[in-house]
Amino acid sequence: MYALQQAKAGHAGAKEEVIRLDRIGKRFDGSEVLRDISLHLRKGEFVSLLGPSGSGKSTILNIMTGLEEADTGTVSIGGQIGYMQQKDLLLPWKTVIDNIALPLDLKGRNKKESRALAESLIDRVGLRGYEHRYPGEMSGGMKQRASFLRTLIASGEIMLLDEPFGALDSMTKSSMQQWLLEVQEAFGLTILFITHDIEEAILLSDRVYVLSSRPGTIKEELGVDFGVGDKRSRLVDPKLLKMKERIRSLL
Amino acid sequence: MILKKKTGHWFYPIAALFLAVLMWQLVVTLADIPIYILPSPLDTVKALLTDFGMIARHLIATLYASLLGFTLSVALAFILAIAMDSFGVVKKSLYPILIVSQTVPTIAITPLLIIWFGFGVLPKILIIVLMCFFPICISLVDGFDKVDGDYLRLFRSIKANRWQTFYHLKLPHAMVNLFSGLKIAATYMLMAAIIGEWQGGTDGLGVYMVRTKNAYALDKMFASILVIVLISVALIYLINKVASRVNHWK
Repeated sequence: MYALQQAKAGHAGAKEEVIRLDRIGKRFDGSEVLRDISLHLRKGEFVSLLGPSGSGKSTILNIMTGLEEADTGTVSIGGQIGYMQQKDLLLPWKTVIDNIALPLDLKGRNKKESRALAESLIDRVGLRGYEHRYPGEMSGGMKQRASFLRTLIASGEIMLLDEPFGALDSMTKSSMQQWLLEVQEAFGLTILFITHDIEEAILLSDRVYVLSSRPGTIKEELGVDFGVGDKRSRLVDPKLLKMKERIRSLL
Repeated sequence: MILKKKTGHWFYPIAALFLAVLMWQLVVTLADIPIYILPSPLDTVKALLTDFGMIARHLIATLYASLLGFTLSVALAFILAIAMDSFGVVKKSLYPILIVSQTVPTIAITPLLIIWFGFGVLPKILIIVLMCFFPICISLVDGFDKVDGDYLRLFRSIKANRWQTFYHLKLPHAMVNLFSGLKIAATYMLMAAIIGEWQGGTDGLGVYMVRTKNAYALDKMFASILVIVLISVALIYLINKVASRVNHWK
């Protein structure tokens, strides 16, 4: 809860950097996976990492979360990181509310308070009425929202989303994208979003980093400068097509 | 549709069994086979009813040894499975030995156990543990082992400790496996008890079987077999019930 409040306060205030990677390099068994990756995220930003498969996107996230270490370069992280994958990774034997509150249970928080906090947020992810269902009874989109809320409760400041909508059908995907923007605004979240879908990256982001494949390097950093106030309007903006073309030529 | 499925589930095996029993009865009656060669189903039921008191007394002894052995097996299986899951060295050392140990014929070890531990209940319990422990332990170890690596990474990223990862992730995951192991063990446990009793002792259905066999009272022997079968089926039914309770989310 504290973390969430902090995140909200931060959104209104300064635009300090919460993540900075400086000239990161990484090798696996002699083959170079990442070369010279430098990127940063400011508080409240929505940034996408766009690249083909094998460009080391997930390795970058693993380095940020500390699951892996970079061979060269420096990493500085200012805040708690939540990491959400394409798979929802909900525990099928726990109800939705218990799944969401799991990180708090593991931290040894009071069970009742954890449930109350999860309850209070369940409307925000549109899962009211499903609190006591099991993941097996829910659709892919709903499971992803539950997984998102669990990640949010675990960290609350910075969200790393690794192709979260990659496994969803296109109708569900577009409604989940709208939902993500709303939730980001509501909680003032900082989001680093990994995708290989060019349109998705443009629609959602404030900035996009385009990665090349093996070894992954940053080809270009693009600011999405249209439809800034209302990202939904980007869908019908002719600039979307131009930007898509530009990125495609880079890849 | 569901109704049809359900009736099919029970109807066919019961009808087939009924037919087989009917044939058996007809053959025995028509060919006039004497009771000391092959008792008919009716003879068996009659023997069960007339000698019920004696069978029940021996059954209690068998069940006592079985359930005690079964409980010990479950406890031992949990301890060893957790040890194997926690320490790679333990698993690497013991897992292959466990599998090979199952190729040793239990029936050959039984007399040895009786020589070492006497005619009491102890050698019986040891035989039961020898047979039941294995399927439970292996099902648990495999259940712990098959947890998806992404889930383990998730638990690491939310900073769960070993015990939490075990309690919230590995144990519930292994529950599905555990019950298939328990079902196998439940059928083994009566068999193991009878093997033990068969080779020496004063109580138990195994003892009763040896005595009736030696007296050529095959109808009584068949009656005790019938009791074993019925109790095994009841046990499996019970385990299925418990399993669907524990794994209600399935």
